[in-house]
Amino acid sequence: MTGLLAHEGGGVGDSAPRPDGRLKVTGAFDYASDLTAPDMLHGATVRSPHACARITAVDVAEALALPGVRAVLTHEDVPGAKFYGLDVADQPVLAVGEVRYWGEPVAIVAAEDEDTARAAVALIKVGYEPLEALTDPRRAAFDPGAPRVHPDGNLVRYQPVRLGDPDRMHAEVVVIGEYEVGMQDQAPLGPEAALALPTGDGIEVRVATQALHTDRDQIAPCLGLPVDKVLVTLAGVGGAFGAREDLSVQVHAAMLALRTGRPVRMVLNRAESFVGHVHRHPARMRYEHGATSAGKLVYVKAEILLDGGAYTSSTNAVVGNAASMAVGPYEVAHAQIDAFGVRTNNPPCGAMRGFGAVQTCFAYESQMDKIAERVGLDPVEVRAINAVRQGSRIITGQRIDAPAPLAQMLYRARELPEPPPSGTEPTDLPGGVANVTRGEGVVRGTGYAVGIKNICFSEGYDDYSTARVQLSVVDGEPTALVHTAAAEVGQGGITIQAQIARTELGVDRVVLATPDTTVGSAGSTSASRQSYMTGGAVKVACEAVREQLLARLGSRVSADVSLVGGKVVSRRDGVIATIAEVLGDIVLEETREFHHHKTSSLDPQTGQGDSHTQFAFCVHRAVVDVDVELGLVKVVELAAVQDVGKIINRQSIEGQIHGGSAQGLGLALMEEIQVGEGVIRNPDFTDYLIPTSLDMPPMRMEILENADPRAPYGLRGVGEPPTLSSTPAVVAAIRAATGRPVTRVPVRPWDLVGV
Amino acid sequence: MAHLRPRSWGEALALRAAHPEAVPVSGGTDLMVRMNLAGHRPAALLDLSAVPGLAEWSDRSAWIRVGPAMTYTAMVRDLAEHAPALARASRGVGSPQIRNRGTIGGNLGTASPAGDCHPALLATRATIEVESVRGERLLPAREFYLGPRRSMLAPDELIKGVLIPKATAPQEFAKVGARNAMVIAVGSFALALHADEQRVGTGIGSAAPTPVIAGAAERYLDAELADGDYWEKRRPLPDVVHRRFAELVVTAADPIDDIRSTAAYRRHALGVLAYRALRWCWTDFLKGWR
Repeated sequence: MTGLLAHEGGGVGDSAPRPDGRLKVTGAFDYASDLTAPDMLHGATVRSPHACARITAVDVAEALALPGVRAVLTHEDVPGAKFYGLDVADQPVLAVGEVRYWGEPVAIVAAEDEDTARAAVALIKVGYEPLEALTDPRRAAFDPGAPRVHPDGNLVRYQPVRLGDPDRMHAEVVVIGEYEVGMQDQAPLGPEAALALPTGDGIEVRVATQALHTDRDQIAPCLGLPVDKVLVTLAGVGGAFGAREDLSVQVHAAMLALRTGRPVRMVLNRAESFVGHVHRHPARMRYEHGATSAGKLVYVKAEILLDGGAYTSSTNAVVGNAASMAVGPYEVAHAQIDAFGVRTNNPPCGAMRGFGAVQTCFAYESQMDKIAERVGLDPVEVRAINAVRQGSRIITGQRIDAPAPLAQMLYRARELPEPPPSGTEPTDLPGGVANVTRGEGVVRGTGYAVGIKNICFSEGYDDYSTARVQLSVVDGEPTALVHTAAAEVGQGGITIQAQIARTELGVDRVVLATPDTTVGSAGSTSASRQSYMTGGAVKVACEAVREQLLARLGSRVSADVSLVGGKVVSRRDGVIATIAEVLGDIVLEETREFHHHKTSSLDPQTGQGDSHTQFAFCVHRAVVDVDVELGLVKVVELAAVQDVGKIINRQSIEGQIHGGSAQGLGLALMEEIQVGEGVIRNPDFTDYLIPTSLDMPPMRMEILENADPRAPYGLRGVGEPPTLSSTPAVVAAIRAATGRPVTRVPVRPWDLVGV
Repeated sequence: MAHLRPRSWGEALALRAAHPEAVPVSGGTDLMVRMNLAGHRPAALLDLSAVPGLAEWSDRSAWIRVGPAMTYTAMVRDLAEHAPALARASRGVGSPQIRNRGTIGGNLGTASPAGDCHPALLATRATIEVESVRGERLLPAREFYLGPRRSMLAPDELIKGVLIPKATAPQEFAKVGARNAMVIAVGSFALALHADEQRVGTGIGSAAPTPVIAGAAERYLDAELADGDYWEKRRPLPDVVHRRFAELVVTAADPIDDIRSTAAYRRHALGVLAYRALRWCWTDFLKGWR
């Protein structure tokens, strides 16, 4: 078994360094695309040039004749199930008779080198009969005459929420708004990549993924193999953010390896990567808020339309989030929410950081600002007087059991010192190094936003994680081995697993086994859940090992012993023994599952139900300078106040808040996959822009620790909440600077100058 | 793919003549992206990185001569005094890594309408030295660009150097993009005041099929400055002159709607940049720039 030694840093609460940090910054870390194996072949993919077409013929003869080509496979060669999916198996491994999105895989090739594989791709002749592509999500949802993207229709999920009776309520102030969120990409720097190795009677797939068992359970049926013949091992992940929840190259690489009997690596190039993973659902939302003249919410009505693109992916769960958190972290007695997720011939959309809660946050926070303006309240005040707190119920009727001091968080954000006025260097001003202003046209604005995000899986899903922990003496030192299948995607899960083992077992040295499917499932590295779930699993497995260790002390053990610094210490008697002495040459091992408390589904008619595991909140204050003549924006500061329950690793948390805020800033200002007639117009980092260090400002952060008593150590998931609120905070600041309504993100310069 | 790596300029010219299908490469920041992203496979690469002396610049009294392999980083560092618009444009190119590798010769060879060097070379009335085994030619920058990614450069020619008149008055370069760094211009503008000749030069990027000058704007401003004797008297320039100049700059553009911008925004932004560039240049001129 391979693993990574973590020997620096302390236990829970310490900013322990990442065990893979040195490897990553020196370039020594192996990402999935770096993997090689002796005798390895290279895979490549034939992709559809149409958003919707019937396949009339596939001619592979010329490609097969190319020297160096070892296999060309189509859907006819799929050994098992021809369709897969995270939730609904509606996505073909390789297109069967028709294509439903631009870039859909039609055939795959294995060759001796990558250039030959790609040359073979160009030689495969696919006949298409283009059909009318359904690219308007509104038609997909509401036009019975619209083309059907799938035989069972276009609507994936309709989730209403009904609370009280908004139609009978009188509100002194009514604000209505229509909002649009463009298609954001996760933009992981590491492209989709896998190495598949035949193992005799099965296959090993080394892959950059977010969920090893979810992958395995989808790969095996497609290959016609039992799951125990498919070993999935985590390869180095270069960013995920939801893009690696669905399968990409896994089955393709495995099919080619099984067919040729040789290892096959598939690495998507950048342009392919943009069609090789799902994106954030673009959204169109219509909101109506009723409030009293004092700014208290009376009712909220909303229609939320999410475009899931060609396949179901995780649209069901995304719609569930959008519906259940449609009004945000506010108390309201009357709500009428209609959330729709549809399939179209646009690029498939699914999981991305924030997962349905990002889109609605932009809309409801924009509405809160409108109310504030109408009733003459400060944006912080209108939020604070409506904010949920511990004991509040959200619109699904679910009670917020854990602390939720949102009003105080808002006030803290407002009290943070304001950033100083901008300098006069171009890099301090909108436009940056492009040198467009010396201060001409520059107006400052400040905006606030908050968001509410569910942590862990919702709606009755039996969400759990598994950890196997060993304790033994290695080189004279007590050493813990932690083995889970939790995907380390850059978030630092391995760092905190080691910290938890140190705290619970009193050791310094921890070895983190490479995640694979030989241990039980850890679930997905998504929904901000791994600290809670795999952190919880490691904790309970360590506790079980600890119990075994203490049992070996027999009568010498008392209730007040703890494991500290490699020793068994009693509060009364001091050091009783070293852990090494107690262990001798035995190996203690325990495997434990950790399940979070049960949740329930949402009622399909009323949207009522205790569907969520945990709620997390972040508050942002954005300060921007806008060049109002050019419509260019410089975010001067993003300040965040987030309650994390318990700080396990402050440095990691700060990294998550930085990164989540940056991703939200990107959605506010620049990140959009531009789709025309189903075709992605900017599948590259030349034109899909993500924030640079000159776009992302320094951040002030206040990290609060109001523990959630049900969570391990009281912690709250961290990764997603900052992604929600930074977008509307930046937009609110832009509105304050420009006076323009701004109802769509990303904001484009021409939206701000009105040309 | 053949990889030709000459060790001298003469050898480079000979290989260029013998292999007109070969694509010259220096920093590779443009070509390698196309090769990686679009699967572009030139028949051969003519790698100029081993030819000595191409990355240097020299002082030729009224001119400077910039070697084709001079990087953006080196231009930012060395050319702020004699070619401020070009230095400023170089600062806005890509990332530090790109600026360390990308060269002025590559920018000219690619001849993209969005290339950041071009407006500055147009505004300063630079001259491009090209050479082949047939001999040497001097091509005014203002005649160099023929179409998108097409230039006067013949298939057997290499860019040997760029001659730029030394700045005698302020110059500016500004570009608009959707990000504060590492962005392709949605529109860019360069302005150079030539105090000794008492005339101005302009250059526009990303707003037409090639980099272009704003001829009517130049003629208008030249006439205004002469009529009012502004060069000699160093008087403030009326706002109306700035505005008219900006309007005329916009008329020189022929932008399109594409994924980076609308044509209407490109025109609007160009007008703002032209107005501001003139204000900055003239204000600095009045402050006694040299």
